[in-house]
Amino acid sequence: MTVVAKFEIRYSQFLDPGGKVVQPLPRFASDPQFLVKLYRWMVLMRIYDAKAIALQRTGQLGTFASLVGNEAVETGIGTAMAQDDVFLMTYRENGVQLIRGVTMKELFIYWGGDERGSAFAGPRKDFAVCITIAAQVLHTVGVAYAMKLRRERRVAVCTLGDGGTSKGDFYEGINAAGAWRLPAVFVVTNNQWAISVPRRAQSAAQTLAQKAIAGGFEGVQVDGNDVIAVRHAMDEALSKARAGGGPTLIEALTYRLSDHTTADDATRYRSPDELAEAWKAEPLSRLRAYLTSCGAWDKAREDALLKECNEQVQAAAQAYLDTPAVGPECMFDHLYARLPAALEKQRAAALGDK
Amino acid sequence: MAQVTLVEAINLALKREMENDTAVVVLGQDVGVDGGVFRATLGLSGRFGPERVIDTPLAEALITGMSIGMAVEGLKPVAEIQFAGFAYTTIDQLLNHAGRMRHRTQGRLSCPMVLRTPCGAGIHAPEHHSESPEAMFSHIPGIRVVYPSSPRRAYGLLLAAIRDPDPVVFLEPTRLYRLIKEEVADDGQAAPLDACFTAREGSDITLVAWGAMVHEALAAAEDLAEQGIAAEVLDVATLKPLDMDTILASVARTGRCVIATEAPRTCSYAAEVAANLAEDGLLTLLAPVQRVTAYDVVVPLPRMERQYMPDKGRIVAAARKALDFA
Repeated sequence: MTVVAKFEIRYSQFLDPGGKVVQPLPRFASDPQFLVKLYRWMVLMRIYDAKAIALQRTGQLGTFASLVGNEAVETGIGTAMAQDDVFLMTYRENGVQLIRGVTMKELFIYWGGDERGSAFAGPRKDFAVCITIAAQVLHTVGVAYAMKLRRERRVAVCTLGDGGTSKGDFYEGINAAGAWRLPAVFVVTNNQWAISVPRRAQSAAQTLAQKAIAGGFEGVQVDGNDVIAVRHAMDEALSKARAGGGPTLIEALTYRLSDHTTADDATRYRSPDELAEAWKAEPLSRLRAYLTSCGAWDKAREDALLKECNEQVQAAAQAYLDTPAVGPECMFDHLYARLPAALEKQRAAALGDK
Repeated sequence: MAQVTLVEAINLALKREMENDTAVVVLGQDVGVDGGVFRATLGLSGRFGPERVIDTPLAEALITGMSIGMAVEGLKPVAEIQFAGFAYTTIDQLLNHAGRMRHRTQGRLSCPMVLRTPCGAGIHAPEHHSESPEAMFSHIPGIRVVYPSSPRRAYGLLLAAIRDPDPVVFLEPTRLYRLIKEEVADDGQAAPLDACFTAREGSDITLVAWGAMVHEALAAAEDLAEQGIAAEVLDVATLKPLDMDTILASVARTGRCVIATEAPRTCSYAAEVAANLAEDGLLTLLAPVQRVTAYDVVVPLPRMERQYMPDKGRIVAAARKALDFA
């Protein structure tokens, strides 16, 4: 018998949960002031998230998918991407959107149940939230194909969850991305839970990163609670894609510290002990510990940052709450480039005409 | 002017628009060197290269989903699904994404794509190769559904579909691919995407059909003419949006209407036309609207195909029923 194929999956981590450096830091991380910027984004995301949940609990926002625990993954992705790259997301990556220039007010408008939240002025070519699982993997293939066809140095960056890697769309997508060597990066946020189904029940594969091997390209695993590891893996994957080296799959190991959404109650299916354990590895505290150990952070700076972020979130929430409602014409006016005559009567009816 | 078949007209339109607009790409299974299983994309790969005439991996959801990504990113993809029976997995992407992209982003993103697929029975094909899912596609908001019945219409409508800024499902009657030839001027002229065509004028009864059934309706009109009855035949080449005005105007003149479709009866597109007639044309009707449809059964394997498919005989019988009603 002959071995005809072999593979290995590399795992990388730079900061352990205590904030200790476990291997030499990449060049970008040698500047603590740069890491402070990453830390600021993570803090802002967490405060935004808490506000969104508070608004939902008081009936001022619709169902919301919390990103708590996912801050390092989102900061790593968002800060690594170029502005003219395209981001194709699930419903949990509001943090990436913030970094890419979607305003917090627009995010609140979206979760408040209004499509105008996805008409954002910032990253004009980024896709809107994709709720159907893994459908965006296929859109990513098309976007990346278009970029490659036009010989651009842009990259399509796609996020999905651990559950998403069980879908046919995921397999069809990574297969094609590999076959065409497309400029794409797939980030699998493995937060251990697809609503109530744990990672171990989702797949017998030892890692989700190795699913890329079936598509004929590299898959790597990173500590998704270590922003340095995520950012580093993103930098490498983006450079490779821009240089024509094809796609990469990054499996970011993290933990969903929240319910699946505000409509979920995770205490029904997972133990408080497991959750408490996961909090010990959460992404903010380790970076704070590291920055403190470098002398780049202290309580005064922390307090100032919290105050600043709280004010920013508060202002965005107020701007959202002050946004006038739209009329029923919005259901019709962007359905087609030009409303077909057959729909004009329905539009008039929705507007209350007889 | 050249005499061409319907599938050749499709090929001409693809060639014309790929020439006109470098954003147009063709993708699907075997559409490259092979020219597609029906040869609709014959010669395109040689002329425009494999980057624009893309042989995809064998995955229909991929073909549809990547078309969406391409369209949003500025290309104009024309995707081919080999048979309508394999197009059911495309509905997820069409319904959940293609048809919603513009609305979801309030006009920020759009999805100018075409999904072509051969449709309908009558070619003695294996299972899953004879489906008529036009009503399923027509139920999807935000997309257009087109179903030509002749080479000339196929040419003009496909050009219009590719140029349209929104997603279009383009159904091609497999049975007619090579059945008829027609003069088609390759002049780049698009046909309107929201109008019924009058395939034959008449004053006694209106026969409404689309796709291959237009030809059964025309044959039925011939038979009826021998009986001294002048049947008008309307070709609903654009199912969505539906040009009901033309149908209502015709029925207002004739007072009687038969709607023919190859699809199973329940919730077929014929039901939509009939419901609109009931709502807006009831007082012009002299007889109940008649539907000629397939039975509510699974499309049988070819031996039973003739008994399954509605034909001119059933259309004539339905017309007689409408004509004999008081």
